[in-house]
Amino acid sequence: MSLANTDNVSKSTGKQVSWQIKKAVTGNIVPIVFTLLCLVGAVIAEASPIFLLSSVIIRLARNLLLVFSLIIPVVTGLGLNFGIVLGAMAAQIALVAVTHWDIGGLGGFALAALLSVPLSIVFGWLTGKVLNKAKGNEMITSMMLGFFANGLYQLLFLFVLGGIIPMVNETIMLPSGIGVKNTVSLKGIKYALDDVLKIGYETLTIPVFTFIVIALFAFVIKFLLQTKLGQELRCVGQDMNIAATSGIDVDRMRIIAVILSTVLAAWGQLIHLQNIGILQTYGSHEQVGLFAVASILIGGASVTKATIGQAVLGTFLFHLLFIISPMAGQNLVGEPQVGEYFRAFVAYGVIGVSLGLHAWQKQQAKKHMLEE
Amino acid sequence: MSEPILQLLDISKEYYGNKVLKNVSLTVHPGEVHALVGENGAGKSTLMNILFGMPVIHSTGGFSGQIIFGGEQASINSPKDAMEKGIGMVHQEFMLLPGFTITENLKLNREITKHNVVSKLLGEKLKSLDMEAMRKDARKALDTLGVDIDEMLPVEGLPVGYKQFIEIAREIDKENVKLLVFDEPTAVLTEMEADLFLKAVEKLSASGIAILFITHRLSEVMQVADNITVIRDGEVVGRLTREEATIEDMARMMVGRKIDRIEKAKKIHNGSQENILEIRNLRVDMPGELVKNVNLDVKKGEILGIGGLAGHGKIGIANGIMGLYRASGQVTFKGEKIKLNNPKDALLRGMAFVSEDRRGIGLLLDESIEKNIVLTAMQVQGKFLTKFFAGVNFADSGKIRGHATKLIEELDIRCTGPEQLVRRLSGGNQQKVCIARAITLEPDLLFVSEPTRGIDVGAKKIVLDLLLKLNQELGMTIVMTSSELAELRSICDRIAIIYDGKLEGILPPDADDTDFGLMMAGGHSDKAKEVS
Repeated sequence: MSLANTDNVSKSTGKQVSWQIKKAVTGNIVPIVFTLLCLVGAVIAEASPIFLLSSVIIRLARNLLLVFSLIIPVVTGLGLNFGIVLGAMAAQIALVAVTHWDIGGLGGFALAALLSVPLSIVFGWLTGKVLNKAKGNEMITSMMLGFFANGLYQLLFLFVLGGIIPMVNETIMLPSGIGVKNTVSLKGIKYALDDVLKIGYETLTIPVFTFIVIALFAFVIKFLLQTKLGQELRCVGQDMNIAATSGIDVDRMRIIAVILSTVLAAWGQLIHLQNIGILQTYGSHEQVGLFAVASILIGGASVTKATIGQAVLGTFLFHLLFIISPMAGQNLVGEPQVGEYFRAFVAYGVIGVSLGLHAWQKQQAKKHMLEE
Repeated sequence: MSEPILQLLDISKEYYGNKVLKNVSLTVHPGEVHALVGENGAGKSTLMNILFGMPVIHSTGGFSGQIIFGGEQASINSPKDAMEKGIGMVHQEFMLLPGFTITENLKLNREITKHNVVSKLLGEKLKSLDMEAMRKDARKALDTLGVDIDEMLPVEGLPVGYKQFIEIAREIDKENVKLLVFDEPTAVLTEMEADLFLKAVEKLSASGIAILFITHRLSEVMQVADNITVIRDGEVVGRLTREEATIEDMARMMVGRKIDRIEKAKKIHNGSQENILEIRNLRVDMPGELVKNVNLDVKKGEILGIGGLAGHGKIGIANGIMGLYRASGQVTFKGEKIKLNNPKDALLRGMAFVSEDRRGIGLLLDESIEKNIVLTAMQVQGKFLTKFFAGVNFADSGKIRGHATKLIEELDIRCTGPEQLVRRLSGGNQQKVCIARAITLEPDLLFVSEPTRGIDVGAKKIVLDLLLKLNQELGMTIVMTSSELAELRSICDRIAIIYDGKLEGILPPDADDTDFGLMMAGGHSDKAKEVS
């Protein structure tokens, strides 16, 4: 009996080690797969590393805060908040206002940041209200909410501005005087934040100040999650029932999470647009949710778990892939149009693949539990 | 003896005219360990729900009787009232967050906080957590229980035993606890963990906390309880002190009830030597009914009963074999291994299943009786279909109607006709529709889970008679899972008792009450007589 026992033990430790390796791989399967994809893509694209690096750095500065804005709702158990599109809209409304008043520079940027806060709080509150009615289906609900809000947004910019609210400004408005132009130049606030402090080296530019601001927000998010408020948010995220029985106001916490996310997203969109310098009035916000979600998923975050580190890694990999894939596509097929197709393909494909991989991961874990 | 901390006087409670508690009285003194023993459905949980002011009690018309706590008449209208008075409850299912550390769980929403720069400006909610102080408190509570575990470990992945201790630690960390209620605390523990737990209970009671201990592990009762109250069918049937109690007495009191055995006319030689089904190392991941390792043979032509207390996995067996929950192990049916996790395979090989979840997965409630009856046979076996071209099939409504009408008559389903919606039928008649569907498959082996759950007394007998008839006249092998021992004993040839996800033993239906009681409570199976 005892012999059989020891035999069993040694077998199980051997199994343990191989399981641990397997677990490390399956646990990080998403970032691993995408890192490999990036490597293969980079080889095919034959891109110079310095070019890739400089492109990715610019895109990191542009997008990180938007991706960060997804973390709090995930921690609170709301899944990936596609509703950050509403935050982006708030930012764009503020930007159009600032541009209309012709306030430029860092002051204009700060004013836009300030203006977007009340707007995004209201949007976030409304989103939170809706999501509380749709517990368990937050992701698809927030996505649809984004599409719905887009309709209202278009109504505002196409008819209400100039049509109902008088607004005279030749550079922004359509020639008819009703509705805002398709593209609005943001030259007043272009690089407002980036230009405070940046380091250039040959073709490489690093917007240091923007990165400092982003790091500050990362710190704020970390700090928030360590306070009593954060503890309650995390508690709600893990189990709404247990949270409720221990006296936490679940609905309120969820609304707070969505509001924080929406405000962060608004500021994230401002940082994004000050770098790009052009507002696509009817398009800039549309892909915001999609790209941010794709980024954080690539970093290994899931519907239930997301960290700052995953957001940074994910944004890096996603945008690297985003830059590489059209080049690789062109090198493979020799047709620039194919490259564009590859971009869209990558963004949607990434979400599909990483959600699929996460589901697979969960299944593996479950299977293992049964075998144990 | 000192002033009692808790007195329950003449507590009665009705659910929809059904008396579940009849004048139950109970007294607990500080520092006493009082065991409340009884079968499932005896009324233990209802009593505790009353003590805890659970909403379910007040939404169903309240209760009669008095609760006196700490010498004063107490009205407890919500769990919060109970907690404020100093009644702590350790739940059967864990209220723990897997991603939090032990300390965080212990202090859930009672976190110790301290000010930081931001919180001074923006308010209480932004205070930092004083993890060091929380840690100390957690350590203290865990030490009180004698648990040597790092208080900063995450709860996820801890053995169930530790989770139980964390639950208890959380209760004793609350400052004013005077009475602790444990609802089957050792049900999920291994023997060693249970020992540790019982030691902790002794420590707690030595510190003056009264403990009300609900369980059906009788050996544990003997180990720690000072006084024992046995309830059955909502009535107190025995009050014992530890000195006068014996396990056998308690087992008899717990189970004892008259059994009406439906005598069989032995037409078929039941219990032939041939195994129709062999189950080896079956594990089923059914939440709340985990099957851990079951080995069981079913003999051709018999009615095998599967009994046991709720949560021990008896329900999981049939669900696992039929592929409704993830299962692993080896199941051999008529000499061939079946594919697990594949309901179609199980059905095709000639097994059928009447689920315990009649309204959930057993029936299409908004479809007609006839559709419900033929559905599985149509889907799996391709019966009741007219074939036009290869692959294009239509339901053969004539055949369906004929078959349904025949079964409605045979099983005596009370309805307005085969087109009536199943939702409108009574529980007993719905159950008959389920059985009708199962026998439409013409199975060799029929699994029936909780066939009489939620149906009235008269209909119960009809359903049981029907099962017996199927067995006797058609020679169908039946495996019946039920929480009601009396019902198993009335028609089964052998009764397998499942305890803690494993087979505890097999008894003949006319075995002693004490044996059944002992087995269901995980008592030592050496007393069991194997029936061959």
